Amino acid sequence: MHGAGHAVCLGSDIDTDIIIAGRYLRTKNRSVWAEHIFEDLDPALAPRLAGAVILAGKNMGCGSSREQAVIALKEAGVAGIVAPSFARIFFRNAINVGLPVIEAEVPCREGASVRFDLDAGWVEVDGDRFPVRPLSPRMIEILRAGGLVDHWRSQR
Amino acid sequence: MSTLCEQILGAPAGEYVDRPVDLAFAHDGTGVLTRETLREMGVDTIPHPERVRLIFDHIVPANTSITADLQKELREYACSSGIALSDVGGGICHQVMSEGVVRPGQIVVGADSHTCTLGAFGAFATGVGATDMAAIWASGSTWFRVPETVRVTLAGRLDGAAEPKDVALAYVGKLGMDGASYRALEFLGDGAAGISMAGRLTLCNMAVETGAKTGMFYADDVTLQYLAGYGVAAERQEPEECCAAASVAIDLDAVAPLVAVPHRVDTVRPVAEVAGTPLDQVFVGTCTNGRFEDLQRFARIVRGRQVAVRTIVVPASRSVLRQAAATGVLADIVEAGCMIAAPGCGPCLGAHSGVLGEGEVCLSTANRNFKNRMGVGGEIYLSSVATAAASALTGTITEPEGA
Ligand code: SF4
Repeated sequence: MHGAGHAVCLGSDIDTDIIIAGRYLRTKNRSVWAEHIFEDLDPALAPRLAGAVILAGKNMGCGSSREQAVIALKEAGVAGIVAPSFARIFFRNAINVGLPVIEAEVPCREGASVRFDLDAGWVEVDGDRFPVRPLSPRMIEILRAGGLVDHWRSQR
Repeated sequence: MSTLCEQILGAPAGEYVDRPVDLAFAHDGTGVLTRETLREMGVDTIPHPERVRLIFDHIVPANTSITADLQKELREYACSSGIALSDVGGGICHQVMSEGVVRPGQIVVGADSHTCTLGAFGAFATGVGATDMAAIWASGSTWFRVPETVRVTLAGRLDGAAEPKDVALAYVGKLGMDGASYRALEFLGDGAAGISMAGRLTLCNMAVETGAKTGMFYADDVTLQYLAGYGVAAERQEPEECCAAASVAIDLDAVAPLVAVPHRVDTVRPVAEVAGTPLDQVFVGTCTNGRFEDLQRFARIVRGRQVAVRTIVVPASRSVLRQAAATGVLADIVEAGCMIAAPGCGPCLGAHSGVLGEGEVCLSTANRNFKNRMGVGGEIYLSSVATAAASALTGTITEPEGA
């Protein structure tokens, strides 16, 4: 499980309300969520998310359990999220939709080149390598399948 | 010797376990995605529909034709798959589940982050996302990492001015928004016995605001007596000497009325410090403080007087509304000039019935004051019911009597 992208830096305690506001939840159309992602935080952020690895502060994804938050990030083209800690429902949701979440302490330089390899257990920012807190074998399996739905289908 | 989580999940902290789930519920918001995911998974029948509940509470009744269509589809799905549905007006999912449904020792999952509320019964109750919920409905079980436990020891008794909500704000302030990440909170100590079931639900409700997986009370006489009222028999649970990862002590006698100021739930201040802040709206309700006990406390303070600011009161469930109507509590609230909305989440999530305008300030008895949660540009202060009532009467943040 590996990936790469340009760094987009975010602060600590980013809540799921700020990722996708409650007023946009009532739809089945996934593109709506990517369209309005981070709208109340910084409307200039959305276009920079395609091909990005988000480097966030601690407690990433706290608050509401809305899975629309991780779907929006994935639909917006985010390749992975690195943070020193995640809120647990967000963490589980991300794995379930096949969005790599990486627990690691890394410095953030906007636009830096980020690479990660979850099997080998590292993340690199502009060539500097940092260790990653390992995922459980089941989480890796789900991520590798592309999410829980594909994992479920492959098991039947 | 084990923590309550370890007892229920049957494994030591840190281990990953697969466990059958006793109850699994979603609401009108997360239910839509759960249904969609089941479709994608190719799952047509739910093996244990009796363990599953759909509870309409987030936007009830529907506010637009889009919402109405989504609810219509979900309603039909519940009917065809044998899932019990609590339709509009029944109440907030966590409250409905607390009215004689959840029992001590059960494993309960809800597609809503505040499912931790139900740990008040000595159950392992936690929130999951919609995809996890779909897999749980399809298989009847799921995986958990057994959490480490933070023991919150309560001593003494609450006095007249402070309420369980103030205790909740106190521990969230102490621990911070990620102070118990991946962990479980256990409330115990001599002070626990003096806290009613309603108060326990309030205390456990805010566990997730510290990042915790759940908040729990051991089932005791208070629990058993409450459940007996619903005709449910249950057994006591005893705390064992052990192995908490961390502990926090709270002296209930020393807790004073508190508020969480915008936009973080862990920036907690004594009410006195922000007294006089002008308000545009007061909101009493939610899965934190919309129970009968809360409405009763509110009514006692506003009875015979008039609120000075628009005040919206939302009973947490039909049964709360019925009790409020039968006891005169509802009449007192209406006479005082408050608006009553249908049982449900009301304006808590900023989708309908009480959304804030740009720059408007709301004092709310809810659990979250994230930026823009109740409307773009709105500011949210969180408080107890007594503080909300005192503030509604003056139109500014005001200390409750006896503080
Ligand atoms: S009342 Fe508010 S916090 Fe509680 S379930 Fe409803 S939206 Fe969530």
